[in-house]
Amino acid sequence: MNPDLQGRVFPPTEPYLVGREKIREFARAVYSASPLTTDVAAARAAGYDDLVAPPTFPVVVQEATLQQLLAEPDAGIDFSHVVHGEQRFSYTRPIVAGDELTATLTVSSVKSLGGNSMVTAESSIVDATGAHVVTAISTLVVRGDA
Amino acid sequence: MSIDISTLEIGQVVAERQFALTRGSLVRYAGASGDFNDIHYRDDVAISVGLPGVLAHGMLTMGVAVQPVVDWLGDPGKVLDYGARFTRPVPVDATEGALVVVSAKIGTLDDEANTARVDLTVTFGETTVLGKAQVRVSLA
Repeated sequence: MNPDLQGRVFPPTEPYLVGREKIREFARAVYSASPLTTDVAAARAAGYDDLVAPPTFPVVVQEATLQQLLAEPDAGIDFSHVVHGEQRFSYTRPIVAGDELTATLTVSSVKSLGGNSMVTAESSIVDATGAHVVTAISTLVVRGDA
Repeated sequence: MSIDISTLEIGQVVAERQFALTRGSLVRYAGASGDFNDIHYRDDVAISVGLPGVLAHGMLTMGVAVQPVVDWLGDPGKVLDYGARFTRPVPVDATEGALVVVSAKIGTLDDEANTARVDLTVTFGETTVLGKAQVRVSLA
């Protein structure tokens, strides 16, 4: 894959409106037992405006940025050769239903390792006021036979 | 619900939980997350790329592995940072499913910030499937 990708910053994604039912659906899919992810009254009693998303929910928003990366004409990434190597989420505040989130992708590193490439993609996710919510960092391994 | 940091010690197991994943779990996660990669629901595609069969999404394993910590904290919003490496796949048999076992113990404590690093051990059978799975949490 193309080493010049390192440092590239992509345009912000279209705003993603976090829906209550999407949080409930995601919570169910990750076996969340926390009422704060499903019961609005419980979330409000805990001091939140609405349902709280499970910790790995930003993948839903990150997805659009990874699509930008894979679609980049000069990236040289074949999706069928991509394996998820590592993932991290660093929060400033939790995601709650009603948030309108925008993600900006930066390719923070591209490395070659024994015929494979490793690309680290950082998606900085902000709310409608532009305030930081969470950064989702994905390391993708692109197998060298691509 | 806050947790008194003075009641915690390094190495203490604070939460454990098991997850019996099935093919249905994978379908549900695909829909919820938007990850529709074929290898998570088609054995023929998985086998054609050299895998034993359909695998759980790495992000499904990571997503369930943090839940015991959320249960312990009583609030998903107290997770400040969460990272993991996908070291081994979790094959999910069509009839048997796959049992993922999670144990969460205190890695470090920061009295000043009132935070803890919780280290997760996530296994399928005898295999550890997530590497360096660490959650930094607020105890406030």
